[in-house]
Amino acid sequence: MAAAEQRSTLTPIGLRARISLAFAIGGLVLSVVLAGVTMVLSREQLISTREESAAAVAVNNAVRLNNQLTPDTAFEDLPSIVDSLTSLEGSQPLVRLGDEWLLAPELGRADLPGMLTARIQDGQPGQMRTYVAGQPQLVIGLPLPSFDAAYYEVVNLDGVADTLGSIRFILLSAGAATTLLGAIIGWWASRRTLLPLRRVRSAAEAIAGGRLDTRLERQADPDLDALADSFNGMAEALEARIRRDARFASEVSHELRSPLMTLTTTVGVLEARRDQFSERSRTALDLLSQDLSRFSRMVEDLLEISRFDAGAASLELTEINVANFVHASLGAAHLGDVFVEDRLGGQSVVIDGDKRRLARVMANLLGNATSHAGGPTGVFMEQEAGVVRIGVEDDGPGVAPGDRELIFDRFSRGSSAGRRGGGSGAGLGLSLVWEDIRLHDGRVWVEDRGDSGRGARFVVELPLPEDDPESVTV
Amino acid sequence: MMHVGTRILTVEDDERIRTAVRLALEDEGWEVEETASGEEALTAFARAPVDVVLIDIMLPGVDGFEVCRSIRRTSAVPIVMVTARADTHDVVAGLEAGADDYLTKPFAPKELSARIRALLRRYRSSETMPETMLFDQLEVVPEEGVVRLGGIEVHLTRTEFQLLVELGHQAGKVLSREDLLERVWGYDYFGDGRLVDVHVRRLRTKIEPDPANPRFVVTVRGMGYKLQP
Repeated sequence: MAAAEQRSTLTPIGLRARISLAFAIGGLVLSVVLAGVTMVLSREQLISTREESAAAVAVNNAVRLNNQLTPDTAFEDLPSIVDSLTSLEGSQPLVRLGDEWLLAPELGRADLPGMLTARIQDGQPGQMRTYVAGQPQLVIGLPLPSFDAAYYEVVNLDGVADTLGSIRFILLSAGAATTLLGAIIGWWASRRTLLPLRRVRSAAEAIAGGRLDTRLERQADPDLDALADSFNGMAEALEARIRRDARFASEVSHELRSPLMTLTTTVGVLEARRDQFSERSRTALDLLSQDLSRFSRMVEDLLEISRFDAGAASLELTEINVANFVHASLGAAHLGDVFVEDRLGGQSVVIDGDKRRLARVMANLLGNATSHAGGPTGVFMEQEAGVVRIGVEDDGPGVAPGDRELIFDRFSRGSSAGRRGGGSGAGLGLSLVWEDIRLHDGRVWVEDRGDSGRGARFVVELPLPEDDPESVTV
Repeated sequence: MMHVGTRILTVEDDERIRTAVRLALEDEGWEVEETASGEEALTAFARAPVDVVLIDIMLPGVDGFEVCRSIRRTSAVPIVMVTARADTHDVVAGLEAGADDYLTKPFAPKELSARIRALLRRYRSSETMPETMLFDQLEVVPEEGVVRLGGIEVHLTRTEFQLLVELGHQAGKVLSREDLLERVWGYDYFGDGRLVDVHVRRLRTKIEPDPANPRFVVTVRGMGYKLQP
C-alpha cells in the first residue's frame, strides 16, 4: 500500500520516454567513444606528420648551413646565413658556433632541454618534445662537427591544435546530432512498437465500455499475434461469462414471472373481498400485498438490469415535452404541490426519449428523495447548449462526496447514515436510473444543493435532438 | 353488475394464471370463456361472439400474433394482448397484428379490468356520437359507426374509429399523443405513445390515398397529430 502510494507520488517515466532515452544515451556513448578515438588518432597523425616535415626541413637546413660555413666564418656572419635558410611556419632556428649562441627572439638557451644539448655535444643528432612557455614544442638538434657548431630548430607543435580544434568541433556537433538522432529514432521506434499496444488499449476500453464482442485483429506478425490470441481468448472467456450471468439473471426473473402473475392476480381477488375478512386476516393480507408488490418490483428491476447487462436494452423513442413530463411525473408520485422552477425560458422543449424509462427515472429520484430526505423540496428544469437538465432537490442529510458515485452502484447503500438505509429500496433504483440515462446518452449525478448548504440535488442531463426544429412554442 | 352479459374470451397456456385471471374477471361480473391454446381460442371465437378477447402472446403452437390476425380478419372486437416485456418489438408487433391495447405481466386485476372497461366504454359510446363529419372525400358517421372514403365504406376497428372521431372533432387542431391516449384509451400521461403511433399508422393505410404522404392525419413534429380538414 505504501509502495503504491509512493508510486503514485512519483511521476513515472513512460515506456516511450524510456526507450527514447535509451536510444539517446546509446547514441551519445557511441559518438563520445568514436570522437575520442578519432581525436587521439588524428592528433597523433597530425603531430607525427609535422614532426617528420620539421625534421626533414631541419636536416636540410643543417646541411645548407654546413655548406655555407667556412672555418673563417665569424659569429657576426651567422644571422644573414640563417635568414637564408628555409623556415617552416612556427619554427625558430638556433645556432651554436663555438661557445656563442645565435638565439631566436623568444627563446633562450635555457629553453633547450639539457639532455638534448648534451647529446648534440657528443656529436649525435636528436629530437625531443618539450614545453616552452606552456606550448608544446619539438626541438631538433643536429651537430655540425666540422665547425664545432650545432643547428637547432624549435618547432611549435601548437599549430596542430588549431586543426585539432576544428576536428573537435566537428566531432562534438556530430556527437550531438547522433544523440538527437538516437532520441528521434527511439521515439519513432517506440511508437512503432507501442502501436499494437494502443490497439490493445482501445479494445480493452471498448470491452470495459460494454462492447463485449470487441476482438483484436491478427496482424500476420508472430510476436504480436500471440498477444492478439491471448487477448481475444480472455475477451471471449469474459464475454461468455458475462452473457451467462446475464442470461441466468434473466431466466431466473422470467421463471419468477409466472408465479408472480398468479400471486398478483389472486391477491387482487382477495383484496376485493377485504371487507369479509377479520382484522387479523386483513393485516396479513396487507403484509402479503405490500411485500408482493415490493418483490414484483425487485424482479422487474433485476430483469431490467440483466437486460442492460446482456446489451439487450433498447430505447423506444417518442417526443417528450419536458415541462409536461416533469409535471406529470410529480402528479404520478402524488407530489403535485412540489415547486417546479421552469428555467426553460417559456419555450416548449421537446426531447426524443423513452417515456417508460424516463418515467421510471423520475419515479426513482422522487421516491429516493421521499424515503431518504423527507420528500423533494423543488424540481427545476433548464436548457443549455444542446442539453436539457432536470434536477430534484431535497433538504435531507445530503450525500457525502465519497458516496456520490457509489450510490449509483447496484445494491449499494452508501456509508452515509440515513441516505440509503432502511428497508424501502431494493438498492437497484439508482443504478437503473444510471443505466437508463446512459442509454439516452445522458448523464446523471448528485451534488450539494449549494444554496443553503443542506440537502442533495440529483441532476439528469439529456441531449436535445440534433436537428433541433425551430423551437416550437405551444 | 354494470356489464351483465359481457363475455370475455381468454387465451393463456398456464393453467394457474388462467384460473386466477378468471377469478378476477368474474369478480367484475363478467362471463369468462377460458382457452388454453391458439387453436382452441379460434374455435371458441368462431362458435360464439364475445365482447373482449384477452390473448397471451407467448403461446405454444399458434401464437398470440396469429390468433390476433385471424380474429381481425373477420371482426372488430376489442383485443387486449398480454406480453412479457414492454420494451420489446412484441408490443409493436402485437399492435400491428390488430390488438387495441396491451398489458405487461405481471399485472394487477385492477389494471386488467380498467383496460377492459375502457375498451367496452369505447365500444359502446360510439353509438351516442352525433353529427356526421365530412373532410374532402372522407366521411365519418359516428351515428352509424361508419367511415366512407369517396362513398365506399372503410372497415376500421373500434379503436381506429374512435381515434379518427377524436381527431375529427378537433379538426385542424393538434392533439398530443398524451391527449389521444387519454381520450381514446383512458390512459394518463404515462401511457405508451406507441399505441397512438401504431394505430395512426394502421388508420392511414385504410383511409389515406397515399399513406406515406398523408392527406388527412398528419404528424406535427414535436407536438402530435392533427386531422387536416
